This record gives sequence, structure tokens and C-alpha cells, in this order.
Amino acid sequence: MEALILEPSLYTVKAVIILDNDGERLFAKYYDGSYPSTKEQRVFEKNIFSKTQRSDSEIALLEGLTVVYRSSIDLYFYVIGSPYENELMLTAVLNCLFDSLSQMLRKNVEKRALLENMEGLFLAVDEIVDGGVVLESDPQQVVHRVAVRGEDVPLTEQTVSQVLQAAKEQIKWTLLR
Amino acid sequence: MLALFLKRGHGGGSNPFQHLEKSAVLQEARVFNETPINPRKCAHILTKILYLINQGEHLGVMEATESFFAMTKLFQSNDPTLRRMCYLTIKEMSSIAEDVIIVTSSLTKDMTGKDDNYRGPAVRALCQITDSTMLQAIERYMKQAIVDKVPSVSSSALVSSLHLLKTSYDVVKRWVNEAQEAASSDNIMVQYHALGLLYHVRKNDRLAVNKMLSKFTRHGLKSPFAYCMMIRVASKLLEEEAGQLLLSLKISMQLLLCSYEGCFRAISTLPSLIATLAITTLLKTGSESSIDRLMKQISSFMSEISDEFKVVVVQAINALCQKYPRKHAVLMNFLFTMLREEGGFEYKRAIVDCIISIIEENSESKETGLSHLCEFIEDCEFTVLATRILHLLGQEGPKTNNPSKYIRFIYNRVVLEHEEVRAGAVSALAKFGAQNEEMLPSILVLLKRCVMDDDNEVRDRATFYLNVLEQKQKALNAGYILNGLTVSIPGLERALHQYTLEPSEKPFDLKSVPLATAPNAPVAVVKQPEKVAATRQEIFQEQLGAIPEFRGLGPLFKSSPEPVALTELETEYVVRCTKHTFVSHMVFQFDCTNTLNDQILENVTVQMEPTEGYEVIGYIPAKTLVYNQPGTCYTLVALSEEDPTAVACTFSCMMKFTVKDCDPNTGETDDEGYEDEYVLEDLEVTVADHIQRVLKPNFGAAWDEVGDEYEKEETFTLSAIKTLEGEGVSELLTFLLAPFRSLTGRLLGQSCSYCDNKLAQASKTQKSIPSPMGTRLDCGRQESILHSTVSGRQTFPEAFQIPPEDLCLLQDVSFLVHPP
Repeated sequence: MEALILEPSLYTVKAVIILDNDGERLFAKYYDGSYPSTKEQRVFEKNIFSKTQRSDSEIALLEGLTVVYRSSIDLYFYVIGSPYENELMLTAVLNCLFDSLSQMLRKNVEKRALLENMEGLFLAVDEIVDGGVVLESDPQQVVHRVAVRGEDVPLTEQTVSQVLQAAKEQIKWTLLR
Repeated sequence: MLALFLKRGHGGGSNPFQHLEKSAVLQEARVFNETPINPRKCAHILTKILYLINQGEHLGVMEATESFFAMTKLFQSNDPTLRRMCYLTIKEMSSIAEDVIIVTSSLTKDMTGKDDNYRGPAVRALCQITDSTMLQAIERYMKQAIVDKVPSVSSSALVSSLHLLKTSYDVVKRWVNEAQEAASSDNIMVQYHALGLLYHVRKNDRLAVNKMLSKFTRHGLKSPFAYCMMIRVASKLLEEEAGQLLLSLKISMQLLLCSYEGCFRAISTLPSLIATLAITTLLKTGSESSIDRLMKQISSFMSEISDEFKVVVVQAINALCQKYPRKHAVLMNFLFTMLREEGGFEYKRAIVDCIISIIEENSESKETGLSHLCEFIEDCEFTVLATRILHLLGQEGPKTNNPSKYIRFIYNRVVLEHEEVRAGAVSALAKFGAQNEEMLPSILVLLKRCVMDDDNEVRDRATFYLNVLEQKQKALNAGYILNGLTVSIPGLERALHQYTLEPSEKPFDLKSVPLATAPNAPVAVVKQPEKVAATRQEIFQEQLGAIPEFRGLGPLFKSSPEPVALTELETEYVVRCTKHTFVSHMVFQFDCTNTLNDQILENVTVQMEPTEGYEVIGYIPAKTLVYNQPGTCYTLVALSEEDPTAVACTFSCMMKFTVKDCDPNTGETDDEGYEDEYVLEDLEVTVADHIQRVLKPNFGAAWDEVGDEYEKEETFTLSAIKTLEGEGVSELLTFLLAPFRSLTGRLLGQSCSYCDNKLAQASKTQKSIPSPMGTRLDCGRQESILHSTVSGRQTFPEAFQIPPEDLCLLQDVSFLVHPP
């Protein structure tokens, strides 16, 4: 019975990890000392990647830790918790992260889009989990708080007037120096 | 300048961060010193730095500090994203760079500033760089932040306080009042964080935790996260201090589970076993108001789980029905919907059981319940269930307001189904005919048609019932149709077997079979037992029958249900007595135990001295009583021949025996012994010992069957009883049934709606009320007993009838005593 009762605590998340199609780390944040060195972390990430790459299910118990995961196109998202942790809580975190990114990347949850919006990712994770504590579970709130200034419109897609406007701004600032 | 724009291209398929080099990136950070600050560019550089750190790149103290200082310049810009990236950088570098506290004032300004978007993250960054001494300086701001109306600010403050507990426990401890206030917030995350913080602070104080738990469960929690936390807290407390807190926590858990909305969402994602357990827990801890909601949620879920789990859920619903009888309508609807769907036998049987128990408990639900069951049997593939329902219809249908509507359903079964169902339907029809006079002609017509059936059983039953009904005698109806066999079936089997072995001129006498003390199995038995277990009565019968002296006594009428102790438990000799009643004798069985290990008793008998009426015939001794091994001796006593009414008697008892000393270790006994005696408590024999319960499922019919011969009418004045209803009736019952107390323990104090009605009617007429004393105790000797009790100066009961089901109708006089 003792083993089944987790010490009540707000510290529910051990790590949040995003890997690419080859299992390479795009983002990882470890909140407790489970894997102190980078080397150990990479081994762990390799491990979970190989175990979950082809699997369709959403949850696994690996290396004595609960791993909930989700994949999208060419990205793999993981949220790690203790083996006795409430899986639904971890899933809530995972889904919040995924849905927030989905909104921020305009439903384009894939590697290229993510890399172009790394700031958004950092900020989003910062809003969702703080030091291992679930800070927010509502993706709408997260997106609102992240409030990254409008998405990067690549130069070739901007209208001519927009480009000229931006150029004017820049020249103005330079002249004021 | 334009070049700046062109630089930002899309990297195609490759990773723009792929070939970053730490020193190059940190070099770029020099840009931070330039003015005006280019927010986009700077933010991007910060991103690259953070990315590197994230990839595990190690930053030295010098370079980290340098970059940190450069970053502080970026506070001059008001760009939100840039500012946010600064906060992130501060947090990342707080453990690497030195002198990070220089940003304290900027962060404090942001924390208390106007821009809500900055405040939450600023708090978090600030708390990351603060140490204990600094914390006191910003304590005021922290407290304000905790109770701030903006949820993100409050959450950030609470979570940061939590982190600070590790280093500055004493300071954070002072903020519990603010945290308490935050805990009543509507925002689910704020509530969660506040409760978490409170728990972490008070973790070692069990009393405080308990108070917190009960307070918040009483007021309800909005946050599912908070719920999970509280459940864990509760279970932890349970683990630590089970006894004391059990009750209050149990209540807390019930409240928690009941209102946890998230539980419903969860059910659809969990594997079916766990989901079923979750549902049954919800059902068991459900409150009356939540039942409607529960049922809606569950019905969609039921189609997904397998039969065994469905049965579990149905049983939980059954328990719920017992608890909340007023909700029967909702629950019945649900059960019927489930009944109409696909399902295996066990599952449907569980549902039918549940419905029947609701109908039996709750008279309001009867009509709807029965109509639904009728619909069900139209299309039921399980004959066992169909026959069971038909039996129920036969029992309950005639009592409803509109019995004829059930006839159609029942008769259809006679026409359409298998022979077992047809037979059951015929019995049900007969019951209707026996109880409803108006319907009798139609029933007779229907039964005549059944006489032509293909199957033996159906024809036999139809012919039998037809003949009985055509006599149009209530007594016959009651005896043969409505009440069925009153004797115990195994006993009947044994008696018949005995009869066939010893051919005799006399016809078989049903009265020689012992009565059934427990209700016989209903019409349809699902599993035929391999061997019918012998009842206690039969065991005694066999034991006594083995003793030659007792052979001539005839069948055993009754044995006392529990042995009477004639000594205390701790005495040297422990004696208990069981009373066996025969036609004109009584046998007292004494189970004696010798608790002295240095003695052996031999030739043990119990001498009895009756006060009146009885005559001691003989003793069967127990040969020896060794230490701690019980032995039995018997005393045979004859009932008085002259006065059959003298059944009550007190016997003074004395145990007589020969004592031989014995060595406790070796067990050797002396050869010589001496006579000794041991006084026991007096033994009472009352009227109750001569009365056996007879179960009459249909009270009304049994009453009518008895007829007027044994009715006694008396008139009494009530002086001490103030109101007739309720209280008056129970006093009545208590008084009159005093002699039968041992039989009718449950009876006393029960209210009887029939009585209430009769009394209410009567009370409307006059004060001193003449009305028939409807005590139907049809035994000659009982009249005289009533005489003796009635003549006492007491307030007497008035018109009443003994409530059904528990009626003790005595058998014929010949069973008990010589005819008067």
C-alpha cells in the first residue's frame, strides 16, 4: 500500500522533451535530478525514442518512469513523471503543450515550423510547467500569455507596401541615433 | 539596414540552429549594447543562447556573467517578447552567472507594474535569483502578488513561494494567510497551487492538514488538480492515522469523488476494469442530487464494457436504490433501457433482480415496474427470467389498481412460449383468479383453453387450478393457489420416502412433515443444488430419533432456535439447554462442558422439578464428561394430560453426576468417585416454545381461510393511550404479543398500515370504541391464555391485526396438544 501512495506534492512533472524524427533532441527540460548530466539525458532520450517510435499508444512505463507521449508529423513530444503519478495530469500537460504549439504554429506542428518559432516554444513551456509544477493547463491561456508578436512573415510573402513600411521604420531609427 | 531583413531567410528543410557555435553566438550578444535596440534580433540571439544551453552546451562563469550583463541592457526596450526572453535567460543563467541580483530592481518594477503580461513571469524570475535575505525585502510584494486578482500573477507567486520553501521556509511560512485566501479562488490553477503550497507548509502538522482537508471538501473544490492532490493528502493521512481520522476522511472522499467532474472524462479513456471500478465507486458514494447526472453519464459508457463489468455496475445501482428510494423512477428507467439492449443471461438476471427488489421495497414504483417487466417478457429469450417475472406478476398483479391489464401479457405467454413459461403463466393466471372475483369468469375461460395444451405439466396445472377455482371457496384458494407448500421440501421428501418403505393403511399425513422455517425457493430456481442441505431441525430429528427411548414420541414439532445458557460462561461446568417440542412431550437437551482439567464427570443427568403441569418421565445421561469436551444428556418430560392449557412452566434444574479425580498431565483417573450435584439456573418453558412460525406469503387469503370459528371479540377502553395511530398501535402490539416475544422479535414496534387505517376509522366514531379484536389465534388453548392476560388491569389494545409476513398462525390443535 505504501508504494501506491505518492507523497502529495505539487511537483508532478519530471521532464518535458521534444525529439525529431531521428530521435535528436530539439528541446528538453529536466526538472528534477533524475538524469543529472547531459550524457545520461541523451541516453534516456534515445531509449524512450526507440521504445515509442513505432508504437501507437500514448503511454508507457519506461526505466521506472511514466512516459506519456504524442507525435505529430515529424515531432515527438514527451512528458515524464513518476511511476505513481496521475497519468491524466501528465497527459493534460502534454495536450496543453501540444495544443498551444498547434495554435502558435497555425496547426503546422512540424519540425521546421517549430524551429522557426523556438521563442514561442520556450515561452510556452515556461508558462505550462514551472520547476516541475504544472502552472497552467488551458492552452488558450498559454497562448494568450505567450503573446509572441505576430508570426514571422517571410520576406517574399510580405506585400511591397509592408516591406517599404518596415524599411521606413528602420531608417527613422537610424537617423535618430 | 535592409541587409538585416534579408538575413532572415527561411532555412528550408534544415535546422537554423544546427551549426551554432557557442563562442560565435556569445559574440553576437554584444549587439545588446547597441541602441536603439532591435527587439527581433536580440530576441533571436537570446533564443540561440537558450537553445545552446538546452542542448547541453556548457557555459563558463565568465562568459555567462558577461552575457548576463549585456542582457540587462535589453530592459530598456519595451518589446514584450524580448522582455519575456530576458526573463527566461535570467532564469537559465541564474545558477551559472554571478551577481545576478542586479536585475532585482528591474524585476520588482515589472512585478508591480501595469503590464499584466509581465508580472507573472517577472515574479518567477525574481524568485529564482532571490536568496533568503533578499526575500524579506520583497516580502510585501510577494504577499500582494499571491492574492492578486490576475490568475497568472497569483499562480506564479504561489508556485515561486513553493520553490522558496526549500531555502526560506520561515519567511514563506508567514504567507499562509494569503495562500489561504487564494485557495478560495475560482480559478482552478490558482486553487490548486494555493492548496499545494498550504499542504507543503503544514505537511508535518497532522491536525492542520486535517482541518484544511475538511474545510475545503465541505466547501467544494472547483479544480480537478486540487482534487487529485486532496485525495492523495487524504490517503496519506489515512495511512498514517487510520482510526482517528477515518470517519471525517471518508466523508471528505465521498464529497471529493461525487463532485469530481474530471472523473467522467477520465472514464472514457481508462481501461474498462478501472473505469468500471470508478463508476461503481461513484455510484456507491453518490448523493441523491447527483443521481440524475450520474445515470446520464453512465448510460453512454455501458455499451462499451463487457458483461461481467455490467453486472458489477448493476449491483452498485441496486445498492443505490436501497439508499435513495425516492429516486426509483430515474433508476428504473435506466435499468429498463439497459434491459432492452443486448446482453447475456447473467447480466439480464442481475437487472431483473434489481428491478424486482425495487418493486418489492417501493410500492410507488410497482405499477411502472410491472408494466415494464411485462414488456420485457414479450421478447425475452431466457425462460428462467420469464417464469420468475410471471411468478412476480401473479403475486403482485392482483393487488394493483388495474389487474386486468396484465392478463393479456400473461395469456400471450401461454400461447407463445416454451412449456416452462407456459406452466408459469398458468399458475400466474390462477393467482389472479383466486384473488379477483370480477376476473374469475374470464380466468376460468382462459384456463379451460390451457387444459388442451401439449405439455403434461401445463395440462395438469390448468386442470388442478380450474377445479380449485370452480369450487369458489376462499379457503381452498388460499391453501392451494396462493400460499403453496408450507412444509419444508427436504422434510417432505424424507417423509414420503419413509412412507413408501413402510406400507400402511392410513393415507399419507402431510402434518407429519415438519414446517418450513425458511421460505422455500421461488418458482424458478436457477441452479439446482446437488444436495439439499439438511436444516437444523432435521439434524435434531435424526439425533433424537437415534435414541431408542424417544422413538415413540412422534415427529419433532419444534426446537428452540437458540440454546439457553443455564450457567455463566466462566463457571466450572458450562451447561446450555435446547428445548425440543413433540406432540405431547418435551425433550430437553443439555450440552454440558467440564472446564476443570483435574476432574472427570460420569453419568451426568440434569434433574428437573416442574412447578406445575409437567411430569418428568426419564433421563438419558451423558456417559462421561472429559475436560473440555462437550457431552449431551437428555431429560424427557410429558405435557400435562388433564390441563392442556398449562404449557408455561418453570423448571428448577440441578446437574447430578459422579466425580472422579484425575491427573491433569497423565489423564489417569481414580477408580473411586463420589456423588455430587451442581445447581443450574431455572429453565422457563413458555407458550412460545409451542408455537411454530408458518410463513404465509399471502396474508389476506390465509386470514380468510381461517374462518370465523376462532374469532374472538372483545371491547376495551383505552385510557392511557393518547393517539391511536402509530404509537398506539405499537403499544398494542407490544402488549398483546408479549407471550410470543421470542418468535416475533421483529414484529414488535412495527407499524401496520392496516391497523392504522382501521384505527383511524374507528377513532372517528366514539371515544370508548367497540370493535372486533381481530386476533386470529386459532388454537383452543390460546383463548384461555388471552383470558388470563386480559383480565389484568391495564390499558388494552384495540382493534388490530397482526401484520402480514410475520403472522404466526398456529397449526391445528392436534399438533400441539390433546384436543380440548
